[in-house]
Amino acid sequence: MQVTVNGQTHDIDADPQMPLLWALREVLNLTGTKYGCGIAQCGACTVHVDGMAVRSCQLRLGDLNGEVTTIEGLGQPQALHAVQAAWIDHQVAQCGYCQSGQVMSAAALLMLNASPTDQDIDRAMSGNLCRCATYPRIRAAVHDAARRLAGS
Amino acid sequence: MSRAGRIARRGFLIGSAAVLGGVAFGAWRYGRPLPDPFMGDLPQGQSALNPYVLIDGEGVTLIAPRADKGQGSRWMQAALIAEELDVDPATARIEAGPVSAAYYNTSVLGESLPFRPTDRGWLAEAARGAVDVPSRLLGFQITGGSSSAPDSFEKLRLAGAVARETLKQAAALREGLDRKDLSTADGAVILPDGRAIPYTQLATEAAQIDPIDQVVLRDKSQWRWLGRKMRRGDIVAKSTGTQVYGADLRLPDMLYASVRAVPQGGRITSLDSADAEQMRGVRRVLQIGEAVAVIAETSWHAMQALQAVDLQWAAPDTAGNQDQIWDSLTQALDQGDVDSRLRNDGDVEAALADGQPVTAEYRVPFLAHAPLEPMNATVRVDADRCEIWTGTQVPDFVVSHVADLTGLPQDAITLHNQMMGGSFGRRLELDFIMQAVRIAAEMPGQPIQMIWSRAEDFTHDQPRPAQIARGRGLADKTGIRALDLAVASPSVTASWFGRVWMAPPGPDNTITAGAWDQPFAIPDYRVTGHRAAETVPVSSWRSVGASANGFFHGSFMDELFDAAGIDPLQGLIDACDDRVSRLVLEELRELSGWTGRDLRPGRGRGVAFCLSFGVPCAEVVEVTETPQGIRLDRAFAVADIGTVLDPVNAEAQLSGGMLFGLGHAMNCELTYRDHMPQQTNYHAYQAMRLYQAPQVQVRLLENGPVRGLGEPGVPPAAPALANAIHAATGMRVRELPMTRQLRFA
Ligand code: FES
Ligand code: FES
Repeated sequence: MQVTVNGQTHDIDADPQMPLLWALREVLNLTGTKYGCGIAQCGACTVHVDGMAVRSCQLRLGDLNGEVTTIEGLGQPQALHAVQAAWIDHQVAQCGYCQSGQVMSAAALLMLNASPTDQDIDRAMSGNLCRCATYPRIRAAVHDAARRLAGS
Repeated sequence: MSRAGRIARRGFLIGSAAVLGGVAFGAWRYGRPLPDPFMGDLPQGQSALNPYVLIDGEGVTLIAPRADKGQGSRWMQAALIAEELDVDPATARIEAGPVSAAYYNTSVLGESLPFRPTDRGWLAEAARGAVDVPSRLLGFQITGGSSSAPDSFEKLRLAGAVARETLKQAAALREGLDRKDLSTADGAVILPDGRAIPYTQLATEAAQIDPIDQVVLRDKSQWRWLGRKMRRGDIVAKSTGTQVYGADLRLPDMLYASVRAVPQGGRITSLDSADAEQMRGVRRVLQIGEAVAVIAETSWHAMQALQAVDLQWAAPDTAGNQDQIWDSLTQALDQGDVDSRLRNDGDVEAALADGQPVTAEYRVPFLAHAPLEPMNATVRVDADRCEIWTGTQVPDFVVSHVADLTGLPQDAITLHNQMMGGSFGRRLELDFIMQAVRIAAEMPGQPIQMIWSRAEDFTHDQPRPAQIARGRGLADKTGIRALDLAVASPSVTASWFGRVWMAPPGPDNTITAGAWDQPFAIPDYRVTGHRAAETVPVSSWRSVGASANGFFHGSFMDELFDAAGIDPLQGLIDACDDRVSRLVLEELRELSGWTGRDLRPGRGRGVAFCLSFGVPCAEVVEVTETPQGIRLDRAFAVADIGTVLDPVNAEAQLSGGMLFGLGHAMNCELTYRDHMPQQTNYHAYQAMRLYQAPQVQVRLLENGPVRGLGEPGVPPAAPALANAIHAATGMRVRELPMTRQLRFA
């Protein structure tokens, strides 16, 4: 089976029933995307498929139709995406385990809505659970990322 | 080759030792030298130390022994060493360090002493000093109880200072100069002529001389990194998906496993795994103790196969249904057997007999820890050794239990402590690690990563216990005259110690922690702990006893103020008999713009205070009643932690602790049925989500002793919200979660 992740096409031998999350983490060893709940309740597994935010724990490989971008493909420590740069400046992360998913949801939101209100952010990001409750900084960082993207 | 200095404050020695290619500085243990993992190549009989600083030709390594559950403690520990060492923490390597008994944690037991944390009299201090002895004997290397900051504050800076002065001495000897004419900056000794000799070039010479132990710690006005905005060392990795947590470890040819256990205390009566064994990707199906494990090519295959196992079990003979558990708590209160009565001022019974007491009964539910990273451990067992990669708060216990389980000597067990995706107390437990070792032992030489499904995590937690409290009290225009609080709870301390070691005898002060030890002068004031039977295993949950007692005590004080027509914030300030705590309350009044509990119709604010882990913390919550339910508008928190070492992170801890407390108070409970929680995932345990999070403002004060802030933000949150809801709607919420009675927008 062929999957395209972060611009690279892989031939993988995997059960088409397997959700994309496990193919990323345990077949391709792309561990930036996290397992938190497995039932679309936490958002830790959020990736983009053709630019849309998707819960990868719910997408079976056999149903995958499009190019996948993971947190590793969004930006790198040496080449940050604007959302990641804002996340770093606001020091959003506590334990950090949810933050790949938060960043991916925020990046997807900003592609659809260049200057979201607090309410837009709440609506788009409430599916991303943060057990450490970093929410005030998440809100601030999304606004900041929007400004950075507008300025670039 | 190993040299001890004589800095014997609080029972530890700072010294140095030669290591391969360089020098180590660290703490010695009193009396008996311990084997040191860094110096396995030294001859037998050599004493060794536990390093905080390692310098060799390659660079400077700072060793942060306290585990990082996400609260930034690893970075804070490194910054403490670096500040005295004159090394930019951002350029140093930071390591967790190996398991070692000399990293004993002196602060964690202090909380269980029968002295109020604000009591700084000689007896209380002497007792706290004495606590140093048992904790050292036990050799605890525990991260918990917000103990990292006070424990590290002096020790790590001293290690940095001794290292700095010894490196200067090495340079002075080499150059024929006097040490006092030298200075240090950015990882180098600076000579009077301006030349800089990097520490890395002095390491071997520093190893040959006696450590300089006459050092004076710098005043905080001289600090370059501590107390200022720092970029935490892990923040880039955690924003780019490159931070490796335990669950992200990938070893060559690693297999995965997952587990389904019967309820704790139950026994497997039959197990049919024929179907599971036929499933694709499955390598082995095993029974390990009272659980079934599947080893497979991926954890998804393992979790799928577990569903196909038919597992029957016999229940333990303890109470396993929620109403029985409530009954056992009510019984403990009705029977009235006293476990502890650490507060008993005046004569409460006589005072209450004299008036018409206000009475109230409160309930809090079981709460799951549910950190976002599910419990996992990666293990390889060979004939003569065992290697473990996991995130744990109790590395010493892991090693000793694995030694018992495998029959291997302790020095054949290597534990690599991993960055943790949260804990909230969950990783004080050994259950998942022991399972992983038993699984790996079935396939010697094969590395296996065992990870729980989220459902396993929820149904096999050792939760914060459900508790009931009853309050009786009297107040008049002058304030609270009498307050009697009785709390029923099983003992978290006995439950946990019973699992990891042995249950200590005597009363459990955590049953009333956060209630008996509050800094209020009330003429007739009594707090009693009643120990209920242990029904299901329970454990420490962020802020432990105070997580419930903050709610009981803070809600009941508010009821009494309300009955007497007293403004609750003014009432708290007037009743407070601790200067540091009073300053916190006054600061909160200013920060929140407090003008009283009533805002306008449909809006209200509430205030609550709790002193926990030595930190006075007060919070105000503002709410509005809307057609969709109660909306949390703004929340304010003030805490005093003595010295703010890392302001960016401390603010995050306080804000996060408050929101964590609010989210659970609003939305969360575990209810037991047939010995298992009925809540199996986050859909039934919502906690705080972004749309419910209020605007937050926090402020930190520095008037008291140095304390950590991982837990103290939690306890005042629930009562502040309950009191705000009363102010807005007139409804008293005496039972958590609040969603049992009302809706939130
Ligand atoms: S793991 Fe996919 S939403 Fe939680
Ligand atoms: S930072 Fe810990 S779960 Fe979000």
